Amino acid sequence: MAGLSADSRHHEQRGFGRDVALFSALFALILLVAFVQGSPYALRMTVEAFAYALIAIGLNIQWGYAGLFNVGIMGLILAGSFASLFVSFPVNAAFWASDAAPQLGMAFLWLILAVVIVGLISQSWRVGVPKGLSTALTIISGAIAFMVIQSVFDAPTTAVERQAGWIGGLGLHPLVGWAAAGLVAGLISWVIGKICLGLRADYLAIATLGIAQIIKTFLRNADWLTRGTLTVSPLPWPVPTPLDVGFLWGRSYYLALSAALLLVVYLLIQRAYHAPWGRMMRAIRDNEAAAASMGKNVNGRRLEIFVLGGALMGIGGALLVHFNQLFDPAGFVDLNHTFLVWVMVILGGAGNNRGAIFGAVFVYIVWVMSEPAATALFRLASDLGRDWFDWVPPADLQSRALQMRVFVIGLTITLVLRFAPHGVLPERIARG
Amino acid sequence: MDELIFFVNRGLIGGLVIGSIYALGAVGVTLIFGILRFAHFAHGDVMTAAAFATLVLVGLLSGLGIDVGLPLAIVLLPVVFVLTALFTIGLDRAFYKPLRARGARPVVLVMASIGVTLMLQGLIRIVFGTGNYDLLGGERKVIYRIPTGFRDIVLSQPQALLIILTALSVICLHLFLTRSRLGKAMRAVSDNPDLARVTGISLDTVVNATWVIGGGLAAIAGVMLALDVNLQPDLAYNILLPIFAATILGGIGQPYGAVAGGYVVGFSETLAVFNWSVLLRPFAGVLPFDLPANLSVVPNEYRLAVPFVILIIVLIYRPTGIFKGRVF
Repeated sequence: MAGLSADSRHHEQRGFGRDVALFSALFALILLVAFVQGSPYALRMTVEAFAYALIAIGLNIQWGYAGLFNVGIMGLILAGSFASLFVSFPVNAAFWASDAAPQLGMAFLWLILAVVIVGLISQSWRVGVPKGLSTALTIISGAIAFMVIQSVFDAPTTAVERQAGWIGGLGLHPLVGWAAAGLVAGLISWVIGKICLGLRADYLAIATLGIAQIIKTFLRNADWLTRGTLTVSPLPWPVPTPLDVGFLWGRSYYLALSAALLLVVYLLIQRAYHAPWGRMMRAIRDNEAAAASMGKNVNGRRLEIFVLGGALMGIGGALLVHFNQLFDPAGFVDLNHTFLVWVMVILGGAGNNRGAIFGAVFVYIVWVMSEPAATALFRLASDLGRDWFDWVPPADLQSRALQMRVFVIGLTITLVLRFAPHGVLPERIARG
Repeated sequence: MDELIFFVNRGLIGGLVIGSIYALGAVGVTLIFGILRFAHFAHGDVMTAAAFATLVLVGLLSGLGIDVGLPLAIVLLPVVFVLTALFTIGLDRAFYKPLRARGARPVVLVMASIGVTLMLQGLIRIVFGTGNYDLLGGERKVIYRIPTGFRDIVLSQPQALLIILTALSVICLHLFLTRSRLGKAMRAVSDNPDLARVTGISLDTVVNATWVIGGGLAAIAGVMLALDVNLQPDLAYNILLPIFAATILGGIGQPYGAVAGGYVVGFSETLAVFNWSVLLRPFAGVLPFDLPANLSVVPNEYRLAVPFVILIIVLIYRPTGIFKGRVF
């Protein structure tokens, strides 16, 4: 930052004051919640908000740095938290003792074999097979491989379900699980990114929306892997749990850990933003053709950032799910885990990580508080309606009141896009 | 032979019905994509909204005792067509036009359309709850049975009408796009907006026409889908992915491609979840292996994976789609 001009330094300072004011207000808001609802409640809310902040940073680097449109956040959160669950949940001895385990191992060998064969066929054009024929062969062999794999997995998975319920975890430390969460989510992002990043931005949105639904369908129906609708709990904590040390301390430890993680991630990402790498990312975002003509590998850099963002989403998801100690694939919905994160990022200010963190914590507090508020509002309205107009409120008023939040999320997105496209903490262009 | 008729009933008619729905949706999405340059994520909820509007109208008019031999929901289709068309123009004015005027990137419009989707979903659920509704107002569906000498070929009235309406819409659309001045203007804007503007085509008119066609066809698809299955708030949100798959498969901005894509996706989906062992059962004695009870390519839970896989294959191997749409 040697060449920072006086003008931009002044600009930075003015922005800094705004940051301080907003974050102080946020801190006061958390204190207020702690005062009204009690410390354990406020601690829980803050931990969850920090987990969302990690996810929001992940989206912020995808969208704010590189302009990549990801609406499959829910799928990455779900995949990441499942990976973490699998790595860190205690070992299910019944499974490893049963003869279903070697059968399942064989099935996985088949899977690897099938992937290798289809992969080789898809590359056959390199050795002179006509491109069209190669494509056709790949699609046909892919379909056959899919059916074979399906039938190969059928027997072992039913055996697992019958003999042991499900396969259980690996019993490693939860922090290893979180790392696995990042790895798996990053891997999924790599595959999606590899396919879609060279194409127009809308395609990425459509593909990510689809992959999220498919990950969810798979984890919901694969009872042998996730216990499906039976759900898995309690997920282990990397710190002493409330059962050992009480709510206040347990949650405080968890909060300290997630705050530390958030801080480390923030500092690293911030450093990357000001590094030549970050400048190149912005150059690609703002003028793709110019960046490409300067010899930058546009799609390669985009893939990098898409994977990095995806990994952060996976880790954030693991943080969130481990904290609640319950893994229920049906509990992941686009609204809470995709669009809420979008509101956080665009409200906070796309391209600014402090904005993403502020947006995440603030929006999450509003989100949590809006549940009782919406219910109260609807109850008041229905009471008035009954007293004044003899209106009979429908029986499912409570659930309808919660739908109010869907509407408000949508309205917020459209209003912010129209009237405050840069959010409350806009991106500050670093010069130098 | 019974097995073959079962296949016709389940596989072919099922594919034709869902394919028609996808085709109607995809034509709208592809026109919007081609002319306004963004993926309209709210299209599914426009369909749902149209179906709920029909529900309200049917409720209001069912007391009048109108009887023309068709369900009221179908009689009201022209009204709902117009209402939905106006509604989508309103959506455009309120949410998309200001962004376009500011020169926002297309991807910002995609996000705005997601916001609109959420607003529509929220509003529909606040007003109607999350329960199931029946658009026929309690009447039984008329079922046509075509005797074949074996099992009957079964087709419900809404299904038959849907297939006819889709065919009619495609013919009308074709005539409109090739014969009328406005239709030609739309194609011109889709091909090259700057050049079209220079030749004096009014962009506003073209945009409005796009929404009328897109919204109107979405209304038909939504009402017919609600007649075929039950009407519920997330009726059409779930078919968004197949519609996008059909659009991209057909080629962005290619209405005929969208129709073809809709049927390809519809048939692949239906045939992928079809239990093929039913067809093979007569040959159980001569087959070298035991016939499993269920022999479908994909289990029914993974139905959604079929359009997704089609989408991925198209994106990898032919991002322009069958009919050479645009990629930019």
